[in-house]
Amino acid sequence: MTNGNATLVVKDLRKRIGKKEIIKGLSFELKKGEVFGFLGPNGAGKTTTIRMLVGLIKPTSGQISLCGYDLHREFSKAIRQIGCIVENPELYPYLTGWENLEHFVRMVPDIPKYRISEVVELAGLQNRIHDRVSTYSLGMRQRLGIAQALLGKPKILILDEPTNGLDPVGIREMREFIRFLAEKEGLTVLVSSHLLSEIQLMCDRVAIMSKGEIIRIDTVEHLLAEQERVIWKVEPIEKAKSLLEEETVIIGEEDGTLITHYDAEKVPLWNEKLVKAGIKVSEIRTKLPTLEDLFIELTGGETID
Amino acid sequence: MINLVYNEMMKIVRKKRLLIIAAIIAVLVALFTYSQMKRVQTLQEQLGTTDWRAQLQQQIIDTQNRLNSSGLSEEWRKFLQIRLKQQQYYLDHNINPSAPGAPTFMRMFAENSIDLFIPLMVMVIAADLVSSEASGGTIKLLLTRPVKRWKILLSKYIAMILSVSFILLSLGVISYFIPGVVFGFGGWTMPLLTGFSVHGEELDTSNVHLLSQWKYLLIEFGLVWFVSIIVGTLTFMLSVLMRSTAAVMGIMLAALISGAILSNMVSSWESAKYLFMVNLRLTDYVSGMAPPIAGMTLGFSMTVLTVWGLVALMISFLVFTKRDVY
Repeated sequence: MTNGNATLVVKDLRKRIGKKEIIKGLSFELKKGEVFGFLGPNGAGKTTTIRMLVGLIKPTSGQISLCGYDLHREFSKAIRQIGCIVENPELYPYLTGWENLEHFVRMVPDIPKYRISEVVELAGLQNRIHDRVSTYSLGMRQRLGIAQALLGKPKILILDEPTNGLDPVGIREMREFIRFLAEKEGLTVLVSSHLLSEIQLMCDRVAIMSKGEIIRIDTVEHLLAEQERVIWKVEPIEKAKSLLEEETVIIGEEDGTLITHYDAEKVPLWNEKLVKAGIKVSEIRTKLPTLEDLFIELTGGETID
Repeated sequence: MINLVYNEMMKIVRKKRLLIIAAIIAVLVALFTYSQMKRVQTLQEQLGTTDWRAQLQQQIIDTQNRLNSSGLSEEWRKFLQIRLKQQQYYLDHNINPSAPGAPTFMRMFAENSIDLFIPLMVMVIAADLVSSEASGGTIKLLLTRPVKRWKILLSKYIAMILSVSFILLSLGVISYFIPGVVFGFGGWTMPLLTGFSVHGEELDTSNVHLLSQWKYLLIEFGLVWFVSIIVGTLTFMLSVLMRSTAAVMGIMLAALISGAILSNMVSSWESAKYLFMVNLRLTDYVSGMAPPIAGMTLGFSMTVLTVWGLVALMISFLVFTKRDVY
């Protein structure tokens, strides 16, 4: 499975606290230039996993390798490959943005000073960089957090809930920025989120987590297509229902509509059949599942908080 | 490593902690200078003389009077007797024990602040060194750099030692210059007596010798520095163990105050001498005051403090390098 493109490889990662196993054997690989999403409700183990990836929590067992360096045995070399924001971008509020960046540059011998101006520009913070962080808005702190993560020209960027607390404009900017880093700069980006819409717009592949396990890894298109619904507004409804039931499963009925699975090739055929039988089809539309639906589907009934 | 220490020092300086501590010291020293001045004035008025021999004689008479009064505890009586012998010795040898002058004030200030005031100032620096990073969340940024955890902790420890040294330096400078304006800057070479030791009820004066005040001050500040580093190390350990700076401060404060109280009442509880907080008054051994528990010596107290310090340091590093950060 391992290929030359893999930048982050995780094998059978486990974490036990006391008797309770909270991460139950995760394995996955991230490729160069892809945006990978961790999707799951709060408490699914996303943050714990991310903290293990950046060396804040020691795994009970399993391997983490970053650009070929084992995180446990070659900590400094491995951690040098990543930039991260874990949860909120918490920086020193009594220092200016610039001083914060200087502080972190001083900790790594091979980052040149001019790199600070580069990341400040990249994050679009030129105007306020010499103000104290305590005067920054949440969006600006998030930008400074990103700037801080990019200081060491990392190959892998790990962002825990990067759009948390941002306004809609901020969310879109962040999304575009992350896509830019992956496509133009060739970074591997790992993001976590509990919002499907966000993951859907930002990520190439996604891992769905629940109760410390990955229950599914797939590309976003696959996952959505499979879970996509078709809503039929038809008249008379009883007749249409019996006709459609011959072809597929009716998942639900909602105020005068029928809901079935989506199948790009078959929907026109079903439609033809309905029309031929003299049924008035006034609306056919597809609907993406909510995370809630997806979860219930994949876990068989487990709901998110 | 120098860069890491530079970072830590910058954070301490930018939090304005050192400035606040220097300001507190300045205010207190000014306060004590004023009260000392008042005291000298009233004493002169009472005695109607500026002659220190008369003052010392008066003190001896006072001490004798207190000894004669009933209702004194055994410990207190013992202490007063020793004090009396000491004062008598100064008088007989024509040495003024409290000759006013800035260096004398400096010495008295250091002696009186070694077990509570200075540790308190050290605490202000050391209590949030690690805990503030944990509660502020910045620890996550610090530990995801390509730097080993023990190096990060070591840089913080060195920054603590540097700050403590700076505090003592500013304490020395402030407590010399402010009183100097009132009492004069002279008195560095004044001879002082040291080498008193207490054996049972006897004041052993066989080792007593003269020491010029600047040497005496050097020894005392060395001891104050040592005590400060130990208190700093203990606070540092608590700061590693706990997220809440307030909790660290609370525990250290309770320990220090209980030490001050215990020192006055533990003479019959012998094993209390292994507690760090009753061993803080190292300067008392130099000036010849009776220790809180019979049999305690300078060497003993320093050993106890060193052991406490080393254990605290070990726990700090073990916990910090092993711990999962949430």
